[in-house]
Amino acid sequence: MSDSKLDLLQGTLDLMVLQTLATIGPLHGYGIARRIEQVSGNEVLLNQGTIYASLVRLQQRGWISAEWGTSDNNRKAKFYSITKRGRKQLTEDAAYWQRLSIVMSRVLSLPESEEGAKL
Amino acid sequence: MISPLRQYFFRLVSLFRRDELDRDLEAEMSAHLDLAMEENLQAGMSPQEARRQALAQFGGTQQAKENHRDSRSLPMVETLLQDLRYSFRTLRKDRSFTTIAILILALGIGANIVVFSVVNTLLLRPLPFAHSDQLVWFAGNHGAGGLSDVTYNVGSYEEFARHAQSFEEVTCYQAFWGSSEFNMTGHGDPQHIQAVMVANNFFHTLGITPIVGRTFLAAEHQKGAAPVALLTYPFWQQQFAGDPLILGRTVNFDNQTVTIVGVLPRTFDFASVFSPGLRVDFFIPAYMDQVRTWGNTVAIVARLKPGVTLAQAQAESNVLSPQFRAAHPNPDWFMEYQADLSYLKDYVTGKLRRSLFVLWGAVGLILLIVCVNLSNLLLARIASRSKEFAMRTALGASRARLIRQLVTESLVLSAIGAVFGVALAFGAVSYLAHQGSIALPLLNSIRVDGAALVWTLLITLLVGIVFGFAPGLVVSGGNPQETLKDAGRGSREGRGHGRMRSTLVVTEVALACVLLVGSGLLLRSFLRVLDVDLGFEPSHAAVVDINYDAGPKGEKIGSSLQEIVSAVKAIPGVEAAGVADMLPLDRDRGWGLLNPSREYGKGEDQGAIVRIVTPGYLDSMGIRLLEGRDISWQDTLNKEPVVVINQSAARRHWPGQSPIGRDARGFDDKPGRVIGVVSDVHVTSLESSPGSEIYLPVFYGPEGARLVVRSKLPPDVLTASIVPVLRHLNPAQPNNTFRPVQTLVDHSVSPRKFFVCLVAIFATLGLVLAALGIYGVISYSVTRQTQEIGIRMALGATPGIVQRSVLARTLKLALIGIAVGAVASFAASKVISSLLFHTEPNDPTTFVGVIFLLVLVALLAGYFPALRATRIDPVTALRSE
Repeated sequence: MSDSKLDLLQGTLDLMVLQTLATIGPLHGYGIARRIEQVSGNEVLLNQGTIYASLVRLQQRGWISAEWGTSDNNRKAKFYSITKRGRKQLTEDAAYWQRLSIVMSRVLSLPESEEGAKL
Repeated sequence: MISPLRQYFFRLVSLFRRDELDRDLEAEMSAHLDLAMEENLQAGMSPQEARRQALAQFGGTQQAKENHRDSRSLPMVETLLQDLRYSFRTLRKDRSFTTIAILILALGIGANIVVFSVVNTLLLRPLPFAHSDQLVWFAGNHGAGGLSDVTYNVGSYEEFARHAQSFEEVTCYQAFWGSSEFNMTGHGDPQHIQAVMVANNFFHTLGITPIVGRTFLAAEHQKGAAPVALLTYPFWQQQFAGDPLILGRTVNFDNQTVTIVGVLPRTFDFASVFSPGLRVDFFIPAYMDQVRTWGNTVAIVARLKPGVTLAQAQAESNVLSPQFRAAHPNPDWFMEYQADLSYLKDYVTGKLRRSLFVLWGAVGLILLIVCVNLSNLLLARIASRSKEFAMRTALGASRARLIRQLVTESLVLSAIGAVFGVALAFGAVSYLAHQGSIALPLLNSIRVDGAALVWTLLITLLVGIVFGFAPGLVVSGGNPQETLKDAGRGSREGRGHGRMRSTLVVTEVALACVLLVGSGLLLRSFLRVLDVDLGFEPSHAAVVDINYDAGPKGEKIGSSLQEIVSAVKAIPGVEAAGVADMLPLDRDRGWGLLNPSREYGKGEDQGAIVRIVTPGYLDSMGIRLLEGRDISWQDTLNKEPVVVINQSAARRHWPGQSPIGRDARGFDDKPGRVIGVVSDVHVTSLESSPGSEIYLPVFYGPEGARLVVRSKLPPDVLTASIVPVLRHLNPAQPNNTFRPVQTLVDHSVSPRKFFVCLVAIFATLGLVLAALGIYGVISYSVTRQTQEIGIRMALGATPGIVQRSVLARTLKLALIGIAVGAVASFAASKVISSLLFHTEPNDPTTFVGVIFLLVLVALLAGYFPALRATRIDPVTALRSE
């Protein structure tokens, strides 16, 4: 089963978290993890626990902020929200990923040559 | 740009908020699981299934925590902290080991800091003058002979100053500065003070600026100028309470009014550089035209021009000196004023270099012994922890991880040891710095400075790594399975392990042997020096500096001194009394002595050291009269040109005949008559053989006066009974106290004593450590062999046999160590041979003594474990599993 799921590249999880917070607004760790799973159509291999390493990293960089609060169903949870600097970073990183993915798809769609096949 | 910095900062902060952050994360994770369970329940799962799913989705909680820590913090530091915490815990658990280890380390490291501080001050640190590496010392007569031989006359100083192009400035001071001592009045009680006469540019050349006032003006060096003086900092502090309004104050030096024009900085300690162990209170301008008539009395110091090398300056001086002589055919220039140049620093401390390096080597050996000893202790401890290490290896700890753990432990130990060592060194160094009477240059400025602390850090790291690494290799090299099985059976340590410990003990004994032989040789030399026939009897003799009325033209010198000496001799308890202007081992002054009816070859030594004395001085000093008679008051008052010479002078100038009644020349315009021959006195040092010495009556013009009294009474009793009499005779007599003549001898041997004491302390330390090492290994092996010994005793071995076998093993280790050590000592003793006095480097007494001592100590160290072995009860030993 895990063979078919995508292993996350270094840094991609951070970007996903930023994007999630930017679109949905303040959210707790579980919410972010669930959201990423849903959006990716369960394509991403994610131990939900790993989200916290990413969250603390982003927080130390000053891209997100955290605050204890109460969830809709009255549970205490830590809520994360994206900061101004986080948004700026998100724009930059998103642009970078888009460029990279265009280049990657171009490279991967090159037709195989005779010699290439031999290699 | 800011983000990485910010992140690093938070990571660093996280190290200290570990528990708080962990709690926060746990709360967050539990909230996470609750939220997940709730969602699962809503999706219709059973509570059990909801929880299982939530946990599965979350992944490992421990893993998440570790992940979190790694991201938020500095993982390397975290591991280090973990190691440190573990180290502290294990060290706390084994208190006796920890205490002994720290004690050994503190002693070893402390000794190293002390010696480094001494070496740093005397050899490595520049002299306390501006750009002191440009300062050059001039030595006349190739540096050989007494002070008169190596100093210059004013004319040659002026020639060097005028013609030598290699120097920015050439300056001089009157090197017989003991002769510029005065009776200071006009500020409290009369006081005996020491001054030094210096040339006009003396302070400028050395780069010294007064902290108050100014240096001397050129006009103040002219004869007849109003007398002025500069104060040294300590004298200003002690006698004038650091009074800032000191400028312009006047005091009287021998009834001459002197105006104080400045105070020299605290850092300028003239005596500690140019005349260690003595003190200077004032500086006064040298009246060059007056000093010119005194012959060779000035010492020359010069500052090289930038870019000029010592060799270039030397080459120039070699060319100039013969020209100077040619330009001065008058008899004042009876020698060629050649100069051997050396850096001032080398002149001041060069002679000590070898001693200091030997000392440094000795503490280096101590450090090595400390390392070996601790390796050994650690190995013993590890043997009892072998299960723990095997277990950790079996659980997947890597070899590197185990070594790191052990090295961390040893570093923690050596760091704690270093802290105590530094404290120890601070105490010892400040004690040494206050030993003003040790005649070592710059000693009073030694301190544990930044360089010493860096050195400490270095050796601490080195020691920690060295003594932790060897055991680490042993531990990690073993096969965990073997060890676990081995330990399970409770049997003895692995063979390699035991061999390593034995090797370490042998090394320790060998190192201790080298230290002991070295210190033994130095100690023997020291005893030989103390055994030297001084030519006088310092015991039961005491001396005090006196003042007397010489009269305006010196016409009352004889009568005043006669009055004083007879008054003192009449005091009960005084066996003999006399006055001399200079005492042995204190100051010297060279004139000439020759036999006018003898032919002298070129270069034959005609110098003689002169003492100007009253009748009774020879007796009171215990200088033995071998032939003829002492100077009498009649000779003195009638100004008879008579002279008493020493045995060496008699042999040199009147070989094969009695000099009594013969004419002698060299010290007066007219011939003098030899009236007595006395024993040779060691006037300059105990270690050099005496040359010609002459004693002249006081009308030859004494420089200062010291009253020597022979009496069984202690000096303070003499002070109480004699000084009031002196003050009664002369109200200007300063409030001086008697000091034993022995202090002159002590002062003279103080550098050798200093080195011997330190080396002996280190050798003792080495011996104790070696004994501890032997004891540790033997005691441990007895414990390990409890069963074996039990079996042997059950089979009929008597306690005697058991004891002998333990002692035999001890002796074997010790003898191998001694054999290796003796060979090494043989090589090492060659290195210190130049420091020895009348002692051969392979002195059999020392070697045999050391071997005997080491065997004895080894047997003692092995005796207690051997005793314990005989008390093993076979039944208990066999049962104990």
